[in-house]
Amino acid sequence: MATKKFRCKVCGYVHEGDKAPDVCPVCGAPASEFEEISDKKGFDTNSNNYTLIYATVLVIIVALVLALTSSLLKSFQEENVRLDKKKQILSSLKIDAKAGDPATLYEQYIKNDMIIDAEGNVIAENGGFDKGSEALVVYVAEVDGQTKYVIPVYGAGLWGAIWGYVSLNDDKNTVYGTYFSHASETPGLGAEIATSDFQQKFESKKVSDGNEVKLSVVKNGKVQNPEYEVDGISGGTITSTGVSNMLHGVLGQYTKFLNK
Amino acid sequence: MAKKNKETFLNPIGINNPVTVQVLGICSALAVTAKLEPAIVMGISVTIIVAFANVIISLMRNTIPNRIRIIVQLVVVAALVTVVSEVLKAFAYDVSVQLSVYVGLIITNCILMGRLEAFAMQNGPWESFLDGVGNGLGYAKILVIVGFVRELLGSGTLLGFKVLPQCFYEAGYLNNGLMLMPPMALIILACIIWVQRSRNKDLQEK
Repeated sequence: MATKKFRCKVCGYVHEGDKAPDVCPVCGAPASEFEEISDKKGFDTNSNNYTLIYATVLVIIVALVLALTSSLLKSFQEENVRLDKKKQILSSLKIDAKAGDPATLYEQYIKNDMIIDAEGNVIAENGGFDKGSEALVVYVAEVDGQTKYVIPVYGAGLWGAIWGYVSLNDDKNTVYGTYFSHASETPGLGAEIATSDFQQKFESKKVSDGNEVKLSVVKNGKVQNPEYEVDGISGGTITSTGVSNMLHGVLGQYTKFLNK
Repeated sequence: MAKKNKETFLNPIGINNPVTVQVLGICSALAVTAKLEPAIVMGISVTIIVAFANVIISLMRNTIPNRIRIIVQLVVVAALVTVVSEVLKAFAYDVSVQLSVYVGLIITNCILMGRLEAFAMQNGPWESFLDGVGNGLGYAKILVIVGFVRELLGSGTLLGFKVLPQCFYEAGYLNNGLMLMPPMALIILACIIWVQRSRNKDLQEK
């Protein structure tokens, strides 16, 4: 093992050995006044320049790696998002997309993805799939020979976005099925809106009485009007209210279309 | 040396558990243990990320400037987690949807920083890998115990399946809603620490 070097901080005397001498032979300072001189070749990893260069290089490398992964994987991810959206729409129609390829099932069941305006007139027969919440989109589906309408809904939960799809029978008022999902609701509480137990509660409820949207989620055990109201999740009140507001807000914009 | 490696790997699972003895990673233990399934998912994710972050930091340990070491560790962890989550999003979309909530929790998990700072900065890659896997599993073990108790008593289910027979409810049994609230995770955790401390006299402070 190479010997270490110690420098006396008082007089600058350099001692070679395994440890600092008890007293400095030149000025008599005690061992605590000696500091070790690192004899390593290469960089001093504690110098300012090294730290700055290290930080810069690290950040550039990490940024490059992240940018590269992001751009390489983007097309795969977008495809997955589209597939997942199809799965969600199918799920609101009570079609289990796990049984087959969601893309083929989607082609099979969904006839049109039309865009409507606030008056309930159809603007475009197709092309609604790639529109976000800025357009009123209605998916027209055919399940077992019957026409169903699927309406996408968007809203806010407790921690972040919630969204879903509500499918209606051909009377445009009775709920056939629903699908809800969320970005970051509390597991075990608000996140329960994504379970089929909660989603099934909406089946065969009515959306509106002809004038306004009556379909609501109310506090657990407080259902007074079972034709329109659904039990909320106990402990997930804010998320449940979020679902309710989302249904009122979004389905309200479709009132004219639904009454036609 | 083999014995030392074995200890590095086994100690965190048992007598030097990161959650109950080092008291690290409590925050995420509260957040994800209302159900068993997220607890398992989180446990596995943290195990994988700690192991690989440990290896990377261990390989870099001689070059990292002392004064910015925490930032360097954080950057490495954040980049690693982001890359993994992007790859999952592209090739295992269902898994990534499940994990999306946890990505932030994994990056800020103190077990990661704790192990990087306390172990990987001083030890070689292989020991660091074992230490990471051991600590991850130790963390997962506690999460699974807490998740098991909370889901069973709070919802009457395990992994989403009903396990308490209907006759319990007919006889007047009610699910304990308090179990689903975060404070119960702390109380259960405290009970686990209590049991462990009364069985291991070494852990008790004089």
